[in-house]
Amino acid sequence: MPENTVGEDTHRITTTVNGVTQESVVDSRLSLADFLRHRLRLTGTHVGCEHGVCGACTVHLDGAAVRSCLMFAVQADGHTVDTVEGLANGDELSPLQESFARHHALQCGFCTSGFLMSAAEALREGPVDTPERAREVLSGNLCRCTGYAGLVSAVVEASDGGEGRG
Amino acid sequence: MIGVAVPRREDRRLLTGAGTYLDDLDLPGCYEAAFLRSPHASARVLAMDTTAAKALPGVIGVWTGRDLADLVKPIPPKVTNPKLYDVPRYPLPPEYARFVGEPLAVVVATSRHIAEDALELIDVDYEVLPAIASTGAALAPDAPSVHDEVPGNVAVHLTQTAGDPETALATAPHRLRERFVVARGGGHSMETRGIAASVDRATGEIVVWPCTQSPHYTRNLIAYFCDVTEDEVRVVVPRDNGGGFGPKAQFHGEDAVVPYLARLLGHPVKWIEDRSENFVATMMERTQVHDVEVGFDDDGRLLVVKNVFQHDQGAYCAGLQVPTITLSTLPGQYRIPNIHTELIACYTNMVPTSSVRGAGRPQAVVAMERMMDRIAEHLGADPAQVRRVNLVQADQFPYQVGLTFRDGSPLTYDSGDFPALHEAVLDRFDYAGERDRQRAALAEGRLVGIGLGAYVEGCGLGPYEGARLRLRRDGTVLVTLAATPLGQGYETVYAQIAADGLGLDMRHITVATGDTASIPFGQGSFASRTTVTAGSATLQAARRLRERILDVAEVLLKTSAANLCFVDDRVCVVGEPDHGLTLTEIAQVANIGKHGITLPPGVNPGLETTSYFAPERAAYASGMHAATVEVDPETGQIRILRYVIGHDCGTVINPMLVDGQVLGGFAHGIGNALYEEPHYDAAGQPQTTSYLDYALPSAVEVPPVELVHLYTPSPLNPLGVKGAGEGGTIPVPATVANAVEDALRPFGARITSLPLTPAKIVAALTAG
Ligand code: FES
Ligand code: FES
Repeated sequence: MPENTVGEDTHRITTTVNGVTQESVVDSRLSLADFLRHRLRLTGTHVGCEHGVCGACTVHLDGAAVRSCLMFAVQADGHTVDTVEGLANGDELSPLQESFARHHALQCGFCTSGFLMSAAEALREGPVDTPERAREVLSGNLCRCTGYAGLVSAVVEASDGGEGRG
Repeated sequence: MIGVAVPRREDRRLLTGAGTYLDDLDLPGCYEAAFLRSPHASARVLAMDTTAAKALPGVIGVWTGRDLADLVKPIPPKVTNPKLYDVPRYPLPPEYARFVGEPLAVVVATSRHIAEDALELIDVDYEVLPAIASTGAALAPDAPSVHDEVPGNVAVHLTQTAGDPETALATAPHRLRERFVVARGGGHSMETRGIAASVDRATGEIVVWPCTQSPHYTRNLIAYFCDVTEDEVRVVVPRDNGGGFGPKAQFHGEDAVVPYLARLLGHPVKWIEDRSENFVATMMERTQVHDVEVGFDDDGRLLVVKNVFQHDQGAYCAGLQVPTITLSTLPGQYRIPNIHTELIACYTNMVPTSSVRGAGRPQAVVAMERMMDRIAEHLGADPAQVRRVNLVQADQFPYQVGLTFRDGSPLTYDSGDFPALHEAVLDRFDYAGERDRQRAALAEGRLVGIGLGAYVEGCGLGPYEGARLRLRRDGTVLVTLAATPLGQGYETVYAQIAADGLGLDMRHITVATGDTASIPFGQGSFASRTTVTAGSATLQAARRLRERILDVAEVLLKTSAANLCFVDDRVCVVGEPDHGLTLTEIAQVANIGKHGITLPPGVNPGLETTSYFAPERAAYASGMHAATVEVDPETGQIRILRYVIGHDCGTVINPMLVDGQVLGGFAHGIGNALYEEPHYDAAGQPQTTSYLDYALPSAVEVPPVELVHLYTPSPLNPLGVKGAGEGGTIPVPATVANAVEDALRPFGARITSLPLTPAKIVAALTAG
């Protein structure tokens, strides 16, 4: 079926993704992750498990961190979605992104977008200024490469640096 | 630049969502494949009806193993042995399924959704056969055969000895024995496996994009299955690869089927493994059962060790690398005059096993290091002291262990300083103070224990790895590697090495990886081998390219090479910075040239160098870990209070990245020690098929670590490097288990099975 015709099992949706309004026609069963990745070609959001545990697919829906593998694209109709591609300010990395690089918080990078989106939300809600608190904040995401030490110090440093401004 | 914590070049794209992994490639109109997998651990396919699946709109085709006769060729085991009782492993077996998850048919459709819908429409008639789901079941008398042609289910039985272990055991003043069961778990790279393929009509090449650790190995096997030369297959690994950890260094059936169908259809096809497939169909390491016996004197000096272990090979032998590594890792850092190490590898009806970070070593270290603590307990001695009296001394290198390596050469440690490492770790750990604190805690009724674990790791294995350097038209140097990265930061590390070899700033150096068309031979990134092999090749090729650039400059500047140096991107006469040529100018003359114009006399064209480095034998990294844990006797919960890692991987190229490797490996070891277990029921049904059942450690489970480094360079390569990728994992299960048993010592409780789940702790306390 052509991508823009609404039929049985398809829906017309309007989303605002990283500030850009998108009109799309989607299958009922298309996940939000697949919609972002394969339809909008925003491939920075990754899919590691498709069952809501690894957190690689984390994006913000109206500002709140959600697992895009557990949502259908139609559920994002009328909502704002922000992905890792929208974190930097043009060429300038956000303090959280800078801090990730400085603390070697990433290796293969597959989990990174999800960690950034989870941590960005947590930092917006309040300070994450101790390693213990950082570990809690990060515990909803899985990383097989880093052993988490760099992630923990990156988030604590970003919190000290006032990342909370959002 | 060697030794500098240079920030990674890869990070920016990965932090902005601009990385390119396999499933991010733009392959317009690409078909997608989905595999029908056996629901039974052992079954015969009596009939398969694909009519309805083929009729579904959007389905391009459905093929069973019987439809693809070309693919009924065995995938050869990676490492073999003349005594191996091999059975063919087919990409898509035509008749028998030997494990749950084995692919039996494939659907290609215009989308993955449709391909999966079609799977549901395939009708299969199975004759279910009895299954084997443990080494114990495989070796039981009258056990059913996993393969009819292998009675008794033994794939290979190998023994190695040094000295006279039987006499030594018979005469040793003290003897102890124990059985340890070690589960190892899977690789669990966050990006699953996957492969895409297409035919390039311009060249006729089959172009394949796999997320593999071994591009050339994959290319060679695809050429074998498609019955073409290796030049007709081009493997391009996307430049970002979401972790490997072993399984991606193997060749799975899907890796043959997808390129074969892309060629058959003349159309791009891709398959991205989903996580539920990863849990059942991706190779893993699994349980080994070790029966170990030691003989020692009153000082705890080891006289003999005998270890007989069962290894679960899975349904087929994908290679004997893991159990043969276990065989030779047993003696570790200790001088042991008499050794008996014996492997019984069995076929079972579970997914085949192969290397996972650590690859057979963690199990050997459990057998050896757990016995070191038992010796101390038996003698009422301090476990650190018992280790001390047995360590190979710094002046004993090269040290011959008395066993043979898997290539048949005498097992030899090239370098290290185990006593210094040992003392450095105990110092940092404040061992005596930690023992005082343990006593104080015990007096308060808290169960606190201390564990140590030492290991060696043979790294940088052969046969070889290559690097090719070329001066480009813009005056930059391109380093092309055959090995492909999985997050280790090759674009940074190899630019550092090349910078030192060339004497040129890193700014002018770029690193490319993963394309078999750019460099013809290679092995891959596994076994903590790449810095040793590809690193040395890069250094050699860089040194040679420097000479070649200077040879050209010498002619053009009318001086001798000895008078020349690099200043930024210029070659200048020493002391005369204005008298020189830029690398762009040199490239213009020697590499680009002018059509029809003769080169200046004496200029050798083509500033490009290729070097392959073949290590003489393995370079041995070593390490020691120390941990303090507290056990909650009510819940069986284990809390790690302190953890110190001492690590010696020789020369360090980039300390930040090496620390990252060690810490990442450590987290994997914590998973193996406390959480991860791929569980199968007695019928061979996998019971852990999601991250809800299979616990991968998160940031709250992995404790902070203190690192201690020692640097004893390897004499076996020009960089002096050893491997760093797996050492962090290897001794963690042994160290944590030693600490836990130490904590439970007031009750005399024994913990002999890993992972150390709360249920096992509570059971041990109840039994004690
Ligand atoms: S892919 Fe969504 S949580 Fe893992
Ligand atoms: S960096 Fe590879 S999974 Fe986190």
